[in-house]
Amino acid sequence: MSNSHPTTLLAEVTHRCPLHCPYCSNPLEMSRVDEELTTEAWKRVFTEARELGVLQLGLSGGEPLVRPDIEELAAHARTLGLYTTLVTSGIGLTERRASRLREAGLEHIQISIQDSDRSSADRIAGMSAVPQKLAAAELVRSLGFAFSINVVLHRANIDRVGELIEMAASLGADRVELANTQYYGWALENRNALMPTRSQVEAAGAVADEAIVRFRGRMQILYVLPDYFESYPKPCYGGWGRHYLVVMPDGRTLPCHGATHITTLRFDSVRDRPLGWIWAESSAFNAFRGDTWMREPCQTCPRKAADFGGCRCQAFALTGDATNPDPVCTLTPLRGIIDTAVGEATGPSDYRYRVLPLSFQRR
Amino acid sequence: MALTAASIPALWRLARLDFDPVRQQRVLLYPEGVVLLNNTGGAILELCDGRRSVAEIAGVLTEKYNRDVVADVLEYLSALVEQDLVRVQ
Repeated sequence: MSNSHPTTLLAEVTHRCPLHCPYCSNPLEMSRVDEELTTEAWKRVFTEARELGVLQLGLSGGEPLVRPDIEELAAHARTLGLYTTLVTSGIGLTERRASRLREAGLEHIQISIQDSDRSSADRIAGMSAVPQKLAAAELVRSLGFAFSINVVLHRANIDRVGELIEMAASLGADRVELANTQYYGWALENRNALMPTRSQVEAAGAVADEAIVRFRGRMQILYVLPDYFESYPKPCYGGWGRHYLVVMPDGRTLPCHGATHITTLRFDSVRDRPLGWIWAESSAFNAFRGDTWMREPCQTCPRKAADFGGCRCQAFALTGDATNPDPVCTLTPLRGIIDTAVGEATGPSDYRYRVLPLSFQRR
Repeated sequence: MALTAASIPALWRLARLDFDPVRQQRVLLYPEGVVLLNNTGGAILELCDGRRSVAEIAGVLTEKYNRDVVADVLEYLSALVEQDLVRVQ
């Protein structure tokens, strides 16, 4: 049971996407188009989320703009008072749709950039998307949205972190998020091809630190460290089932977007249950609340109040047991798993691209 | 930039002040972030309109609370300037 209010809902309105990024955060088994929630179902989910206390909404995917009802969903969110972010590749953001989204009251648009080098960007996305992204960025800036650029960093682009920051500034971004790859799902499949070296990580961190100071007041720069290169795990979304909800295209509701990788959990759907029930009562949301589930060394560790034992999805993916400590933590003998992975990641950079099976496409 | 009584603070362009009927409290919303405000914080930010100075904001609240709040207002807004949620012209 939880009496706390969630603050954030990530609505993955579709898994369809024109891009094929090898670090995609969508599950390996994606929802089909005919499983996607309807417009009315999503509106009900947003209303229930606001009643639960949610204040931040992410309209995400896949590429959310493949759905023709994003404007209607954004307008509904605005009437509820939600602060809404459209998380997009930029593909499909035409002048008409951008204007309609502005009229709908959408406040914030985040556009992904794969790299500052065009041929590298095309290779990462698995398609040529740069001209459409640049046009979308110009629309977002000129229409006065709050504007963020998001870049996932990995071996092939991390050396250009300085150029990426300059690119975001030249596009007129208010914020740029430089997030090192988190290794779940597709990214875990591609870990050996994506993992940077320690010297790459250190050099990029120094560039980002300098830029954060230099751009202060003009553009906010967030640099998210790669957890494999840190000593302690990240506090996954401020703790399991404490602040965050993810609703997948088919309505299943998760405590974080990677949670489907924990195959021992069963996730209830908003098709069957109210969101408030799922938040308060469902077995998945209660699985790792509090600390009674924790093993040593977490159980008696003073850090448990700060990091909650780290990421449950990572513990499961790397050790097969979600109640283990996150292997990133240097206080657990499991850390060897991470050090081995970092040491081995020198292989060729051939990606296994994220692709939707043909049967997933709209018929 | 250090905040003084003469500074004119304004909310970050990307931030929105709102009232949350669920929590029954004022909130500051911005990209990927939420600040749940106490009554005093909410009252200060409501007066941050990009026209009033810190001294003028404190003046309004001094009258409302019947005590000198200049130091409190400076301290509160300085913390938000540090987080870039409040900007000074």
